[in-house]
Amino acid sequence: MPEKHLSTQFDTELTSVSSRVMELGGLVESQIRHAIYSLANFSEEVANQVIEVENRVNQLEVEIDRDLSSIIGRRQPTARDLRLLMAMSKATANLERAGDETVRIARMVKSILASGASRQLPTSDLGVAADLASGLLRKALDAFARLDTAAAVSILREDDLIDREFDGFVRKLVTYMMEDPRTISASLDLLFLAKAIERIGDHAKNVAELIIYIVKGADVRHMPLGEIETTVK
Amino acid sequence: MEHAQVQSEKSKIRVKNLDFYYGKFHALKGINLDIPEKRVTAFIGPSGCGKSTLLRTFNRMYELYPEQRAVGAIELDGENLLTSKQDVALIRAKVGMVFQKPTPFPMSIYDNIAFGVKLFEKLSASDMDDRVEWALRKAALWNEVKDKLGQSGAGLSGGQQQRLCIARGIAIKPEVLLLDEPCSALDPISTAKVEELITELKNDYTVVIVTHNMQQAARCSDYTAYMYLGDLVEFGATEQMFFKPTRKETEDYITGRFG
Repeated sequence: MPEKHLSTQFDTELTSVSSRVMELGGLVESQIRHAIYSLANFSEEVANQVIEVENRVNQLEVEIDRDLSSIIGRRQPTARDLRLLMAMSKATANLERAGDETVRIARMVKSILASGASRQLPTSDLGVAADLASGLLRKALDAFARLDTAAAVSILREDDLIDREFDGFVRKLVTYMMEDPRTISASLDLLFLAKAIERIGDHAKNVAELIIYIVKGADVRHMPLGEIETTVK
Repeated sequence: MEHAQVQSEKSKIRVKNLDFYYGKFHALKGINLDIPEKRVTAFIGPSGCGKSTLLRTFNRMYELYPEQRAVGAIELDGENLLTSKQDVALIRAKVGMVFQKPTPFPMSIYDNIAFGVKLFEKLSASDMDDRVEWALRKAALWNEVKDKLGQSGAGLSGGQQQRLCIARGIAIKPEVLLLDEPCSALDPISTAKVEELITELKNDYTVVIVTHNMQQAARCSDYTAYMYLGDLVEFGATEQMFFKPTRKETEDYITGRFG
């Protein structure tokens, strides 16, 4: 938002809440990186770090919502200010949920470690999707900060890629399980992990959709990608 | 901008190529706009943008001042008000107006309402009683004044006085009601009552309101026109104007970035 309001106090409030949303995004991003690391290296220590950050993430979410309600109540924002505040509220919810998914991954890593039989799991297949998802969220936050709709569209395209990756992975797991029923237990763990990663990609996608909502005033949720591309042009 | 209208609505007033001058000052520049019938249309814009000027052309209020003139056409149901041979008092009976400051006549509450009616209609005493009650009820004032109709209108609170003026305006059964900043001198509760009333009134009347309070325009109008320096910048459904206006100038103004 380059142009300033007549009320500089309003600008200060908007800047302050925006930077909190970015702080939340940064925290969740690091949670994702740590969750992926703990999965690839079966590190209980790093898994614990992911879980520890959760409290701070939850607290930030509550604080941001409180700030947003206060601005809406006192300023009665309209047009792009209103869209920005609505979008920040939704982005916050998506980021917090992406954080929840990383905690799920960390807990899963810990339970696999506790069960003992772990390290044979072919987690490398998950690595590709995990990197994609974490990169996607980073790009989404970046684009959100810059209100870059072109970047938002490319994020939506990439999320389709993660979804396809996930489908392929599920088919692979089914084949494993049919060939050797002894792999069922481990394969189910992998399935849950893959699902968590896929959900992180979805949250990044939601954040990207919100960028288009702010800039274009168009609600592109549930819209086919082709139609979104025309909206953004 | 080209002629602003709403395709799906019947137009009550059509403003065509309207220019307005205060002496040499060009206050309205080629306004083209349709006011939809039985809807509330709000004019917003910074001070001096011409919104009150435009409102005052709708019942030729400007004619009170010799150096002011309007060029173009303002059609009320097809008849050009600017060139009409009709008595201007008759035009103002069809197009009523309520001003920024409550202006009760120095007479009783009852007579404030009856005064205007007597100019246009010969009613029996009981019909006049009915009309006064009807207007006061419409203006949501009846319950507060029914026991003191003989008392002076000046003794009412500001909010009550303004509703009395609205009652006076609708008592002669106009077709259009023009409201020029009707709530700017009122407290929030009276404002809420007048806004509630505006929503009621559009069942029977075409309402045009000029307001500095954008939230008021957002709350009680169906359509909003944004004006700036004598130009009509944007006209559209209020919902659209306050969520995603088409013009950047409009967005800057309603989000408070105007400087």
